[in-house]
Amino acid sequence: MDQLQLQRELRDYEAAMFQQGFLDDQFSQLQKLQDDSSPDFVIEVMTMFFDDSEKLLNNMSRALEQIPVNFKQIDAYVHQQKGSSASVGAARVKNICATFRSFCEAQNRDGCVSCLQQLQKEYSQLKKNLKYLFRKQQEIKGGGGAIPTGE
Amino acid sequence: MASGSTSSNWVMESGDIPHVLAVDDSLVDRKLVEKLLRNSCCKVTTAENGPKALELLGLSSGGQNTLNGRSKVNLVITDYCMPGMTGYELLKKIKQSSVMKEVPVVIMSSENIPTRVNKCLEEGAQMFILKPLKQSDVKQLTCQLMNLGR
Repeated sequence: MDQLQLQRELRDYEAAMFQQGFLDDQFSQLQKLQDDSSPDFVIEVMTMFFDDSEKLLNNMSRALEQIPVNFKQIDAYVHQQKGSSASVGAARVKNICATFRSFCEAQNRDGCVSCLQQLQKEYSQLKKNLKYLFRKQQEIKGGGGAIPTGE
Repeated sequence: MASGSTSSNWVMESGDIPHVLAVDDSLVDRKLVEKLLRNSCCKVTTAENGPKALELLGLSSGGQNTLNGRSKVNLVITDYCMPGMTGYELLKKIKQSSVMKEVPVVIMSSENIPTRVNKCLEEGAQMFILKPLKQSDVKQLTCQLMNLGR
């Protein structure tokens, strides 16, 4: 596959992630921050986000298994998840967090369990998509090409 | 963004690089705010909570200023929601100190709650910024920092 085609594919893939709501403008802000002094900024931030999220998802899961459920604690975890999702532009994950918080406030365990499942699903999908994106970017870099930068 | 009344002591010598202390319990947000500030030509020190921030500012009980003695902090930017000491409580402690009370403190929050904003401004916060932070927010902030006092 030639460089040009790789670049075109990458641009389309990225555009689709925005169109389908996986990413929002805040992710573009991160991309704009990547420069010569921090050439791997996006990957570094997203890696932190992945580590953070996995910890939080585990915490939420364990907390929901407790009897009685400590909704305040779960809400605190969800609040953190919402914050970091917003900061990196992980739109779908962020939106589920908002719903999740309402269920915490209502002390609705079933609602919380359902939200956690959705969160885990969306998070997995996002991580998978982004890892693919980063891999393709590396391929392009490896081929001596430049990563296409949106519009 | 909401701004408080301008304090008279933001003054920096022209040519000085602002030294900002950024406080946030989120690693992701710390990394982001650090980059945004560096892009605006600031020197940045980060802290993950209020007590660590106070220590760095030399405000913890019996504390030495653990930053390089000549490195004065020109601005503190802190998250509001932090476990233990909130950004609001950190703001109060800074404003109550004789040494650091003139340092501008900016509060960041993901939630735009008017009572929260007002109470921070009333306690002397320079500004209240909504997260997630963008480059334009930080540029505006650092411009104010450099220009006030002229």
